[in-house]
Amino acid sequence: MLNLFGLARIRVIEKEIAREYQKREMRCPIHLSIGQEAIPVGVSKSLNTKDYIVSTHRCHAHYIAKGGSIQKLISELYGKEDGACKGIGGSMHLHDKSINHLCSIPIVGGSIPIGVGIGYALKLKNKKNVSVIYFGDAATEEGVFFESLHFAALKKLPVIFVCEDNKYSVYTSINARQGNRSLKKIVESLNIKFINTLNNNVNDIEQKTLQARSYAISNGPVFIYSKTYRHLEHCGPNNDDDLKYRPKKEIDYWLKRDPIIIEIQKLKKIKRFNENKYLDFCNSVRKEIITSFVNAKKSKPFTFSKLSKLEYAK
Amino acid sequence: MPNKNNLFTDAISDAFVQSMQKNKNVIIMGEGVTDPKGIFNTTCEALKRFGPQRVIETPVSENAMTGIQIGMSLLGKKSIFIHARVDFSLLAFDQLINNASKWHFMYGGTMNIPIVIRLIIGRGWGQGPQHSQSLESVFSHFPGLKVVVPSTAHDCKGLMISSIFDKNPVVFIEHRWLHNYSSNYSKKFYKISLNDSIGLKKKGKDLTILSSSIMLIESLKVEKILKKFGISLEILDLRVLRPLNLKKLFTSIKKTKNFLFVDNGWKSFGVGSEIFANILEKKLILKNTPVRLACKNFPTPSSHYLNKDYYVTVKDICLEVCKILSVKKSTQKKIIIQCDKILSKVPHDLPDLNFKGPF
Repeated sequence: MLNLFGLARIRVIEKEIAREYQKREMRCPIHLSIGQEAIPVGVSKSLNTKDYIVSTHRCHAHYIAKGGSIQKLISELYGKEDGACKGIGGSMHLHDKSINHLCSIPIVGGSIPIGVGIGYALKLKNKKNVSVIYFGDAATEEGVFFESLHFAALKKLPVIFVCEDNKYSVYTSINARQGNRSLKKIVESLNIKFINTLNNNVNDIEQKTLQARSYAISNGPVFIYSKTYRHLEHCGPNNDDDLKYRPKKEIDYWLKRDPIIIEIQKLKKIKRFNENKYLDFCNSVRKEIITSFVNAKKSKPFTFSKLSKLEYAK
Repeated sequence: MPNKNNLFTDAISDAFVQSMQKNKNVIIMGEGVTDPKGIFNTTCEALKRFGPQRVIETPVSENAMTGIQIGMSLLGKKSIFIHARVDFSLLAFDQLINNASKWHFMYGGTMNIPIVIRLIIGRGWGQGPQHSQSLESVFSHFPGLKVVVPSTAHDCKGLMISSIFDKNPVVFIEHRWLHNYSSNYSKKFYKISLNDSIGLKKKGKDLTILSSSIMLIESLKVEKILKKFGISLEILDLRVLRPLNLKKLFTSIKKTKNFLFVDNGWKSFGVGSEIFANILEKKLILKNTPVRLACKNFPTPSSHYLNKDYYVTVKDICLEVCKILSVKKSTQKKIIIQCDKILSKVPHDLPDLNFKGPF
């Protein structure tokens, strides 16, 4: 049930954040990953601890799946000194150097070249590790996306591009933004291996990332494309489907294909699902995060008068 | 080392080679860094010694390459990325401003980005609107960046070495017309602090001129001319714009009580605007109204017929000094004759008579 636990851990944390957020003590934007957990869990499972990741505005799941500190995440949301960025970066800049999650960047596409640079340094240093770059479907519309893939292919870098296609850039559908172009053709035209995954299927994503990882280290960049769906609004703790920007049919389709449901169904089929163990696990995560809330509230904010000293590294 | 001529470009080449010898993580990247001309012969020696693994030719992808530079720096690489013209670096503004400049601050001081962006300002021979912009004031606006604008070979080498080994992103802006100037510099490995904004180039008592880059060189010519007429200028070189440290300027103005700023770029919201604001805030008392000289407030026209009066010349600076100091008309006439003599020696759109273009 390891993969199920991986999914559930993120789900519970995100749901608790959504609940606690209503108290208006976490005063920063939040981009929750509920519904999108399968990709980071599957990807991280197949990575070595020394592999690197870079992420986007929707970074909680990437960070948690790679093993980032929950206290640092929560304290960052509360704007406190013991947060990942001392409360200075906020929810969209999660990182934890100790687990090689080096940055999260909310400017769409902004972290893609950073991840390629990490891959280039790995190659120049002859390290047998990969750099994983998470980004959404809209990032593939940016110029820097092309430039970065182009360079990674040119230098045959150990980079795995992971495109999480949740179909919407805020409220705008991919159809309005991309028409019927083929992303696969674009990627393959640059001589980059393109791998599609089963939607929200953590095991499939894990297997394919494993293949991608060894391919990337010996041959060069791989592009993993994975469709998924966010359950809540683009930014914030609520459901915003009353705005009707997403068709009801589509929502129902994806709710049935929720990564946790898919994983439980699979486990039930092979008679490996233990409901009590699952519920116990969820409760233990809940306890952990509630403790983090309590600690974060007690923590101090960074000292304003010290901010100007952070302009430059000394 | 091929620096027997002591050219400005030799000083840069020396800075690269010596820094790369000192630290194996130092690398050079950019469009044309391995081509036969090696960015005005500044990367050829480094390429010869360290090979294409450390002098790296890149695709024409300014924004991604800057992001790649940042990513590499997170794993310990210290890269210098070169844009043969400043104007192309605008394509990299997202990575430079949104990421590099804020990284150390934004991530709570847990990481830093030790990179150098080397930019070259073009001028003359028809460079036109998109190959000749002096954008140092733009870069200087952003917290987290350091901005260096050298004018002499000696300063250039020391400042470049400091920039390479600085822990922060440094924008290093040099002027194309400085390249062929030769001046003495030490062959040793040396640094000039980036916290020391101003270099005192000439001591004087009547008026302070502050300037940078090629305009500093022009100001030094002015000092020479006016000395013959008994006018004593103090010439200060504003070689680091950010972090800005104006102590030496304030000391100088307190002494001369007259001030002229000569800008490389446009007047509005330019470097001079910042300098004047600082002087005002310091409540310095001047004998006469201070003046800013700058390029005309429109983009650079390409045609040499049209750009003759676009840039500030030695004559403009001399006349302005005369105005501020109320120099006698008869003396002014003599000064003008001197200036015209100097200006007539080299066509206005060439740095020197040896220049044959094409860029």
